[in-house]
Amino acid sequence: MTAPTEETQAPDLLYSEAEEDLRAAVRALLADRSDAPAVLARVESGTPYDPRLWKALAAGIGAAGLLVPEELGGQGASHREAAVVLEELGRAVTPAPYLTGAVVATQTLLALGTPDGPVAALLAELAAGRRVAVLAVPFAAPAPDAAQPAGVVAGRVEGTVTGVADAATADVLLVPTTDGLYAVETGAEGVAVEPLVPLDLTRPLATVTLAGAAGTRLADGASAVAAVRRGLLAGAGLLASEQLGIAEWCLTETVRYTRERHQFNRPVGSFQALKHRMAQLWLEVVSARAAARNAADALATGSPDTLLAVAVAQAYCSGVAVHAAEECVQLHGGIGMTWEHPAHLYLKRAKADSIAYGTAGRHRGTIAELMELPAP
Amino acid sequence: MTVPDAAGLRRRTQDLLAAHPPATTGRTDFLKARFDAGLAWVHYPAGLGGLDAPRSLQPVVDAELAAAGAPDNDPRRIGIGLGMAAPTILGVGTDEQKQRFLRPLWVGEEVWCQLFSEPGAGSDLAALGTRAVRDGEDWVIDGQKVWTSSAHLARWAILIARTDPDLPKHRGISYFICDMTDPGVEVRPLRQITGEAEFNEVFLTGVRIPDSRRLGPVGEGWKVAQTTLMNERVSIGGSRIPREGGMIGPVARTWRERPELRTHDLHQRLLTLWVEAEVARLTGTRLRQQLVAGQPGPEGSGMKLAFARLNQEISGLEVELLGDEGMLYDDWTMRRPELVDFTGRDAGYRYLRSKGNSIEGGTSEVLLNIVAERVLGLPAEPRNDKDVAWKDLAR
Repeated sequence: MTAPTEETQAPDLLYSEAEEDLRAAVRALLADRSDAPAVLARVESGTPYDPRLWKALAAGIGAAGLLVPEELGGQGASHREAAVVLEELGRAVTPAPYLTGAVVATQTLLALGTPDGPVAALLAELAAGRRVAVLAVPFAAPAPDAAQPAGVVAGRVEGTVTGVADAATADVLLVPTTDGLYAVETGAEGVAVEPLVPLDLTRPLATVTLAGAAGTRLADGASAVAAVRRGLLAGAGLLASEQLGIAEWCLTETVRYTRERHQFNRPVGSFQALKHRMAQLWLEVVSARAAARNAADALATGSPDTLLAVAVAQAYCSGVAVHAAEECVQLHGGIGMTWEHPAHLYLKRAKADSIAYGTAGRHRGTIAELMELPAP
Repeated sequence: MTVPDAAGLRRRTQDLLAAHPPATTGRTDFLKARFDAGLAWVHYPAGLGGLDAPRSLQPVVDAELAAAGAPDNDPRRIGIGLGMAAPTILGVGTDEQKQRFLRPLWVGEEVWCQLFSEPGAGSDLAALGTRAVRDGEDWVIDGQKVWTSSAHLARWAILIARTDPDLPKHRGISYFICDMTDPGVEVRPLRQITGEAEFNEVFLTGVRIPDSRRLGPVGEGWKVAQTTLMNERVSIGGSRIPREGGMIGPVARTWRERPELRTHDLHQRLLTLWVEAEVARLTGTRLRQQLVAGQPGPEGSGMKLAFARLNQEISGLEVELLGDEGMLYDDWTMRRPELVDFTGRDAGYRYLRSKGNSIEGGTSEVLLNIVAERVLGLPAEPRNDKDVAWKDLAR
């Protein structure tokens, strides 16, 4: 047996100057408009999304169109740049339909082939940040096989999909059906978006019920399955960068706090028992960065290693984000358990993210297949 | 003299090859000629094996020589000389010391070892108790060193010893070059848990070292040793490996070839470790890309930590995977290997030898402190040993 142990091409795991500029722009915007107290106030209001923030991010900075070619109204950039945006959104635990809309839905549409007609028109709207589309599949779905395809009766879409992320803020639902991929307006007759109570308050989930809803058929069954698979693959790969951002914030904030917090007449961060835990986390964050950059670069370059790179990044980074958030709560002590301190927002995001687009265990299963390391 | 560029180095290398054809020149003679041509380590000064050229141009020379089939100086055999003794001699040595020691060191005629660790001074190396007492033009050395690789092969050693016990521990140390053939030097193999002896204990009894073989000023030995140790840590964590190139390789091969050994529990653990090994490999790749791009980060200090833990966990899993074969051991014969080869032996050896990975070259516990304090900027623990005379420290 020959497992693919040879890398086909060396990945670029660094950040370019343009990527660092993009990061600085996104970070400045989020610091200004979406700091921790603002996010907490928003999630308490029940409408976590700030439309003005989305406009500034999506249209102002142009982040919504990074994956979309210039001839279709986008920035003609790549997954590497979108990954940098996601690092910053993770670091600020920003509520924004970026991963679901600007990555998964956009990638799904792009994967339908040379887009024209309604696909091209929708992509242009998404790239410009004028509208938001999300894929109507459960956020936990690792692959389209696990989705619940809706039915189509006489051209009308019928079905129920649970646990759809960001459906409440979307203008358009991309619905995989037994008859291909349909675009359904959320405002259309026969469409009900019922909010659920999510663990992660910064990313709302909803049950979508389609009862004879009118839609536009974008692709046939086979193309739809391939496109949805590609969209979810990009989502899983770039989720690793969001997880990296979460972990980075948790470590940085924990280091800052334990340097200042005094007990026993010493900064608590001078105790070796705590230092070793933070040093270990640092090592995990450094490793997560390599894994996340590798996945983003593979998606951007269309590397034959992409499936493996994405599975490795998800299998690794999910655990790092959860570990960092859990350590953040613990090493903050009592204040870390309060509603007032933002640590819980990161813990909830990290835990929900560890299920999104497939758990680490699902991705390890993929690695077992790809690397020919089968179960007994 | 002007500093040569890549083309200049290529031309000099061709001149060397023309004057001393490798096919008809003895290995040592060729290496001496290469040293004298300034092509040994091009970033060293002219006259000391180099040409004051940028270090990044060394591969130009190495590639030309490799293409011509020229012999090399077997750098793995003389690693301590090249990686630790030479930079120290170059940095703080006298002109006489540089002239005397660097050429035979680089050529490999004289092997070097390192007399640093002691039974009572491991992680707290600065607490070392080997004494150096001034007697006329000499220093008289008494004490015991341990974990000395190549001591039984070495002609010279770099040695740190206490010259003033009345000062705090970091300030009373000096750095020497010790002649390993001195009658007061006794080398004994130190047998390890693997059964073999890579290292030695070295007993120093009334060893006389002339003051002319002191490296750096009296009392500055700790500062000089710091540079030496930095080189050691970098060299342990930085080498490049392909996918499944580390210890995960033999386990993955066994898994593929022997389905009868597979269990669900082992499968989950194998996949988790496979992912961690692949991520560690990518982290190493990223570190090298940063170095090439001129953006060295602190990530290097983490690599040794990661590989120590991974090697231990993976080899532990491998022994378990092998079942009843895992209860056997290939060979307990006391041997003296010149080089450590993790893949040349069985799983049990890998399991036992990798236990040293989290101890040698800085324990993982000390490295975590270093990351916490120097990378993350966390405060140091309160200490009670910094301003106390060495002779008053608890031992």
